[in-house]
Amino acid sequence: MKIIACIKQVPDSEAKVKAEGGQISWRDAPLVINPFDEYAVEGALQQKEATSGASSSLSTVTALCIGPESAKEALKHALAMGADDAILVSDAALNNIDTVGAARVLAAAINKIGGVDMVVFGRQTLDSGSGLTPAQTARVLGWSMLGLAGQIKVQDGSVQVERVIEEGRQSVKAKLPAVISVVQSIGEPRYPSFMGIRKASKAEIPVWSLSDLGIPAPDAIITRTELMNPPARDTSVEIITGESPAEIAEKLADKILAEKVL
Amino acid sequence: MKTFVYIDHFKGEAQPASWEALGLAKSLGGSSPLTMTALVFGSGVDDVAKAALEHGADEVLVADDSALMDFRVEVFASTLSALASSLSPNLILFPTTTRTRELAAMSAVDLNSNVITDATAIEVNGDKIVVTRPIYEGKLFEKVTSSSALQLITLRGRAFPKPERQTGKTGTITKVEAKTNALTSVEGYSVAEVGVSLNDAGIIVSGGRGVSNNPSLQPPAGLDDKQAEIWKAQQGFTLVGQLASVLGGAVGASRAAVDAGYIPYSNQVGQTGKVVAPDLYIACGISGAIQHLAGIRSAKMVVAINKDADAPIFKVARYGVVGDLFQIVPALTEAFKRKLGK
Repeated sequence: MKIIACIKQVPDSEAKVKAEGGQISWRDAPLVINPFDEYAVEGALQQKEATSGASSSLSTVTALCIGPESAKEALKHALAMGADDAILVSDAALNNIDTVGAARVLAAAINKIGGVDMVVFGRQTLDSGSGLTPAQTARVLGWSMLGLAGQIKVQDGSVQVERVIEEGRQSVKAKLPAVISVVQSIGEPRYPSFMGIRKASKAEIPVWSLSDLGIPAPDAIITRTELMNPPARDTSVEIITGESPAEIAEKLADKILAEKVL
Repeated sequence: MKTFVYIDHFKGEAQPASWEALGLAKSLGGSSPLTMTALVFGSGVDDVAKAALEHGADEVLVADDSALMDFRVEVFASTLSALASSLSPNLILFPTTTRTRELAAMSAVDLNSNVITDATAIEVNGDKIVVTRPIYEGKLFEKVTSSSALQLITLRGRAFPKPERQTGKTGTITKVEAKTNALTSVEGYSVAEVGVSLNDAGIIVSGGRGVSNNPSLQPPAGLDDKQAEIWKAQQGFTLVGQLASVLGGAVGASRAAVDAGYIPYSNQVGQTGKVVAPDLYIACGISGAIQHLAGIRSAKMVVAINKDADAPIFKVARYGVVGDLFQIVPALTEAFKRKLGK
């Protein structure tokens, strides 16, 4: 089975992200693989392992990323986790694309790779966080979309997932090829192995431009007009004290009731 | 402005945030009231359509077909795209749910548009719509516009007021065509006892790593260290749950508590979990990592209970208790039981 894990590079989740002069700043915080996409790589590797024994041909996982040259570091993380190879799509014309644009570029790359059975995404990115790209990529490809999978099972050319939705779990089945987005219940992402890190550090990652993909630069339909820091919170905390837990609780309950938030 | 409001439902049970979208659509009309059209897709969904009328819709377009019995995104998207192509609305509003995010995403591809998700504010200037939305999970906000003639916007839950239900209000219900181009099949459900959902919760009581540190508890014999820790944490979350229950709220958790295996990740609040907007957020044994604070930025009031007076959570709290959550939380539950007459 040929599996693609789509990943993105984002500022670390612990970064203090701020608007500075109309630009997004995360100071010297590191750029990392989007945490949700580590689950995508994990899910893809699980499927590679589950299907490799069953068929005569070996399954492979290719990590695919749109981004600047520096995004190769995120791809190397996927390689160190165990992905077989990695491809970066990089082009100055892609600096301000929106999710539909990203979906068109990813779909073109997936078609160029060819013979792909399964594309795995994380459920959203930490930056814009709109969570649209997986379903949009599926739509551009004309493939099934199995979103928010907590469990994936492949059998006889079909895939069945347990979707984690507000109301519980929904079990959905489709023929391959399919696009799948995964949630955390897929399993904790494995740590890069020593051998994996060595392999990743030596890897030559091919870079594809839009002309390699044979598509024009997509126009962004959604554009940002303003960037704002969140309104500052009234930060004066009133510490409730008392002789006993019961007395503290009594006072605190009265304070909360007086705020009329119940 | 021709506005459609998509009503999201699960087995005929509407997601309450759908009504918030109807309320917003009404307010966008301003002085020239617009005809508010609600969209209901499913099988046997007359009650959802009636409820949409009672929440302010003037008319409801219903695609009722056995192919729409279960939510399948490709079928729902084709139905929506066909409807939007023929009726040319300027704006389609959705509540933000697991279903609508994918539905709007796919229809946007069909309709050469794109989606603005998680809107927390919407301004209309002539025919220009400017949407405010959180990015970096609430660490920043951006204002965005769409260049498309058809705008698709999903609304953050609890960002817009819910209109009063006018029982008995009627309107036009029109049947429209359902598309049936399925690629997927639904094999079944296991519906969880989810209680109050974090997204809709007006009150959330959350537990952090600290809930496992009750020194007075003696775990049952035969557990290893990790099992004993989880057992203790579960006793801690029982106290958190009791407080949530007496307040009619939902139970949340920090990433540390989820990573440690104390509680399923669906309860996680914060950057890699859910961004929430309750009126009251009570943090028990949560130190306040930056990504957790980002996730609760929209909470109207935060109350923190933590034994460490220097914990960052106190910087965003209105009220704080520096103390033992295993004593304070049950005492608070008792106090509310008495005061609320429960």
